[in-house]
Amino acid sequence: MSSTDSGPGAEVRRGLYETMVLCRTYEEAILREYHADKGPGFDIGKGLVPGEMHLSAGQEPVAAGVCAHLTSDDAVTATHRPHHLAIAHGMDLEAMTAEIFGRVDGLGRGRGGHMHLFDPATHFSCSGIIAEGYPPALGMAFAFQRRGTDRVAVAVTGEGAANQGAFHESLNLAALWRLPVVFVVEDNDWGISVPRSASTAVPSNATRAAAYGIPGERVEDNDVDAVWAAAGRAVARARAGDGPSLLEVHTVRLWGHFEGDAQGYRPELAELPGRDPIPRYAARLTDAGILDAAAIDRMKAAASERVEAAVAFAKASALPDPSDALDFVFA
Amino acid sequence: MTITDTTAPQATRRLNTSKAMVEAIAQEMRANPEVFYLGEDVGRYGGIFSSTTGLLDEFGPNRVIDTPISETAFLGLAVGAATEGMRPIAELMFADFVGVCLDQVYNHMAKIHFESGGHVRVPMVLTTAVGGGYSDGAQHSQTLWGLFAHLPGMKVVVPALPADAKGLMAAAIRDDSPVVYMFHKGVMGLPWMAKNPRSVDVVPEGEYVVPIGRANVVREGSDVSVVTISLSVHHALDVAEKLAGEGVSVEVLDLRSLVPLDREAILASVAKTGRLVAVDEDYHSFGMSGEVVATVAEHDPGLFRVAPERVTLPDVPIPYAHSLEYAVLPRHDRIEAGIRAVLR
Repeated sequence: MSSTDSGPGAEVRRGLYETMVLCRTYEEAILREYHADKGPGFDIGKGLVPGEMHLSAGQEPVAAGVCAHLTSDDAVTATHRPHHLAIAHGMDLEAMTAEIFGRVDGLGRGRGGHMHLFDPATHFSCSGIIAEGYPPALGMAFAFQRRGTDRVAVAVTGEGAANQGAFHESLNLAALWRLPVVFVVEDNDWGISVPRSASTAVPSNATRAAAYGIPGERVEDNDVDAVWAAAGRAVARARAGDGPSLLEVHTVRLWGHFEGDAQGYRPELAELPGRDPIPRYAARLTDAGILDAAAIDRMKAAASERVEAAVAFAKASALPDPSDALDFVFA
Repeated sequence: MTITDTTAPQATRRLNTSKAMVEAIAQEMRANPEVFYLGEDVGRYGGIFSSTTGLLDEFGPNRVIDTPISETAFLGLAVGAATEGMRPIAELMFADFVGVCLDQVYNHMAKIHFESGGHVRVPMVLTTAVGGGYSDGAQHSQTLWGLFAHLPGMKVVVPALPADAKGLMAAAIRDDSPVVYMFHKGVMGLPWMAKNPRSVDVVPEGEYVVPIGRANVVREGSDVSVVTISLSVHHALDVAEKLAGEGVSVEVLDLRSLVPLDREAILASVAKTGRLVAVDEDYHSFGMSGEVVATVAEHDPGLFRVAPERVTLPDVPIPYAHSLEYAVLPRHDRIEAGIRAVLR
């Protein structure tokens, strides 16, 4: 898909919307399954989907806008909040969901969980450690570069990661070796309960790109069209062999840091529904004559069908046999 | 894989440990274009402890790569390149430096294969210099192999002798799991550091692979088993030679690998001698020496004719002053005392 400064055409915009709807539909289903059997009260270790759960509602524009420029030959490294990126990059929903449910048919046969999704088919991986997904992306890009391909690696973190050493080491090394990497920062304003204003010395992390002599761009207002355009420039630069770029997107975390987070630290809770990027984008596309209510309903129904099929697949998959708990430590 | 665990009959060529290590790297790099080496001062300098001498000249800067002082970035780069099928060798100049990049080592390099349910392999080697004895202070003298061996998901090899340095390097590069290859500065045969004559020895030419996870009886004996690794193997052999003059027969078992650990070899030796001295240049508590003792105790405490001894680095940061450092390192005098203790 070519990128231009003029913004995405109608077909691309329909695709961006469709991807965002699929991501949100997925997270709503996981939300439902996650909380279905946590009671009485809330026991984080109970239920069909146990453990920490970091859902990505609100951050879909980043995933849709960036991954629209990628193929499954390109790599993506994501964070503890990876679902939207995995889906937008084309991960198999059934294997992904089975992993989140901790089943044998999961991507990691139940060894990984929702923060550790590894998919060789789409060169997707994620890490639960802040900023530590950046360095492996350098190596994927290094391999792509050495093999003479135009494949790229996209490394995604949150804005809190921009204060970690791994972030800065990675930008320097990628710039130094002109590695085909696109560094993406999802700025959702919050590092769990700490606002960006209390963690970060600069108003835009994109300005930090200047320290490494690479392009830095910040997209405001969670605007998927602008993400698409900026990501297109960064991906094209990487594919052309001109080196890395840094792209920060001001996005929104509509739900808690993790499920069970009451978010008492967050003064803007009441206004969050108004910042939901998906209905906003639907309205824009409807006004532009690109979508109508019937098309939106069809997309939502199709997304729901795919997601529910994946959930059903996961539920039907067996739990790992305890006698296999020691497998896969070594190749 | 060709397994050649014994020295070829005609082999007479002698190399020091660093040259033996480099020879294996060069042979594997010639055979496999996916192998490359990166780290700090591994290019023109040739590695601070001569781990890469000559490689830049043969393979050029695209395969022997000097990195910025950014261990997290370049070790992580190696992890990512390995997941894409390359075979990186990444050098951490001193094992002591792992503190600045441990996350890439134990949360990424070591866990990705497991977390992926075996679907993603990380075939890389992490080389690192270890050990003290030359007054480099508390941040440049540790061995830390117990730390690496404690964390699951990485194999750990620690050659003591030149031939093993070659054979274990070849095995490490060919292994589909991450392997930590720890070379003691004192076994490399460096011209600028006191060295044991055993750091120069016969090394087979051509392809030579020592299987990971197999210990080696480097001196047979019947009275006492000294189970050890790395530079302490040299020291233990010295002590064994000395005590032979007194009629004491000391067996020296070089573990060579810590992960996987050759427990059968430990049991076989102690079953023969009934007396165990575990010598470890790593910290005393929660480490290799305790693991060796536990291996026997859990299997059959009746194998011990007397209580075992541990000769280790006490739980203290390694001191700078020569007199203090040599007071805590497991050197000849302390190894000899340990042996005499179990012979009483």
